[in-house]
Amino acid sequence: MYYRQAGTYRTDYAQDMRLLPLKEDRILLGVVLLAAFAVIPFTASDYWLSAILIPWLCLSLVALGQNILMGYAGQLSLGAAGFMAAGAFACWNFMHRVDWMPFPVAVFLSGLIAAAIGIVFGLPSLRVRGLYLAVATLASQFFIVWVIDKFGWFKDYDSSGIITAKDIVIFGKSFTSPAEMYLVVLTITVVLTWAAMNMARGSVGRNWQAVRDMDVAAEVMGLSLLRTKLQAFAISSFYCGVGGALFAFTYLKSVEPAAFDINLSFRVLFMVLIGGLGTIIGSFYGAGFILLLPVFLNIFFHALFGKAVDATITSALEQVIFGVMIILFMIYEPLGLAKLWQNFQERMRRWPFKF
Amino acid sequence: MNAVTESHVPGVERAFPIGGPILQLDAISLRFGGVHALTNISFDIREHEVRAIIGPNGAGKSSMLNVIGGLYTPQEGTIRFRGETLSNMTPGKAARMGIARTFQNIALFKRMTVLENIMAGRRLFTHASFLEVALQLPRARREELESREKAEEIIEFLEIQQIRKTQVSRLPYGLQKRVELGRALAAEPQILLLDEPMAGMNVEEKQDMCRFILDVNDHYGTTMVLIEHDMGVVMDISDRVVVLDYGKKIGDGPPDEVRNNKDVIDAYLGVAH
Repeated sequence: MYYRQAGTYRTDYAQDMRLLPLKEDRILLGVVLLAAFAVIPFTASDYWLSAILIPWLCLSLVALGQNILMGYAGQLSLGAAGFMAAGAFACWNFMHRVDWMPFPVAVFLSGLIAAAIGIVFGLPSLRVRGLYLAVATLASQFFIVWVIDKFGWFKDYDSSGIITAKDIVIFGKSFTSPAEMYLVVLTITVVLTWAAMNMARGSVGRNWQAVRDMDVAAEVMGLSLLRTKLQAFAISSFYCGVGGALFAFTYLKSVEPAAFDINLSFRVLFMVLIGGLGTIIGSFYGAGFILLLPVFLNIFFHALFGKAVDATITSALEQVIFGVMIILFMIYEPLGLAKLWQNFQERMRRWPFKF
Repeated sequence: MNAVTESHVPGVERAFPIGGPILQLDAISLRFGGVHALTNISFDIREHEVRAIIGPNGAGKSSMLNVIGGLYTPQEGTIRFRGETLSNMTPGKAARMGIARTFQNIALFKRMTVLENIMAGRRLFTHASFLEVALQLPRARREELESREKAEEIIEFLEIQQIRKTQVSRLPYGLQKRVELGRALAAEPQILLLDEPMAGMNVEEKQDMCRFILDVNDHYGTTMVLIEHDMGVVMDISDRVVVLDYGKKIGDGPPDEVRNNKDVIDAYLGVAH
């Protein structure tokens, strides 16, 4: 069908090692990117842009960071929202204190700050692993938010507790409409996703996976467990920090510690699990699933019952169905949405035959 | 002892004649609390030879291999690599010196493909930082291509072309052992430590593995140190054999000499007290 491996000849290793070896995949990606950059900003409604697409992209980045740490490097962590908070507040402080700083630079620097904090909180991973490490990383979640709350400096002694995010200004041009903000977020997301894909399929990703699958063998090969684990923590926190800064500035439009609570960390964790551990694209599917399914259920129930049934009942029903779907999903495809998509591709390859 | 120049095929010259000692172990003692795993063991490993370490269960063979590989640090004794005394050995140091190994219980990266496993073994030849890899800068791309080429060479050598993109956890046991050998070879080691490479294999798989071990030795000149239980295999493929029993060395020499050593026979067959 659409996917045809037969007839695609690769005559050297470079061709086989491309990001997308199949021509059909490259065309598909081109079409998707073209639509995302040139069509959606002009056609989508403000509601779709600012309430669905922007948070989806931001949280996808965070999920991607979590996936690097959990799916590739095999280090269970529960501190994603803490690093998001660090990124968001770092970004606000950079923009607040350094007037001329362009938004992308501030976002990049706040990612670096989050990465530095990530290295510190990654240190326990050298001693503990699995669920125990998850509990140890919980410290980052509570500690970072507590520090931001406790010390007024981080909010520049703002008494209201909630700081409004600054306008996004890049070299004198301000990006304030939903479509403009969406483009900023989209560009950063695309670049960082490309970088993550390169790392994941290259030597860096192999090192992470080696540590995940068999750390003794990795060490015997000459890999430093210390450096590899901390590198994974740093890069993961960088993505979480950037995602958090974008989340605060383009979606929440305010910077407050309360937004980055433990619930958000858990949601990010679920995104990774449902999207598919150890797959880059799965982070996007997972973020979409967790974020959009409630919205679609809501629309669906409104269309189905309208005003006939009390709103509290429908919203409770939504929750129930959402939970049931997650359980079913984990039973029937524990490897996540990315695996479903892969199975579909493989089936398409030999369609209409079964084998 | 004169240098052995004859290969395992009678009448054919060895491509890499056995040279001088590459690794010398001198009076190694290793204790775990009150347990004496190794007591005062000395032997040497010569360049390009196939050296076997044998012994009954619990004799200390794996401990010996772990000492060489830097996983265990002996309380007493010295290890010299090409005449240089080593101290504070770590697995990483051993790897950089050119010592690679396989494990008794397969220690492959289960969720990676055969190709990825072997490329992961090229760790010491990849110097590009994560930034270079993320941005696909020239050095990262070049190293990746070199890794791939070397990995493919090994895949061809071990005759596993058709499974190169299969996840290793899906492979049968014998093939997994072969992939692990491939991953160790990817590091282009000078000394290759094989911990029971033939354990749990059927006759055919054992023959294949023997062939690969000898081929590696012949083709790359790699010095092989192997632990094995199958006496037939050991006597056939090794140049010299060390026999351990209860952490002590009881025999050392060419297979024929060891076979007729009284202590060795006693250790294996038991002796009437």
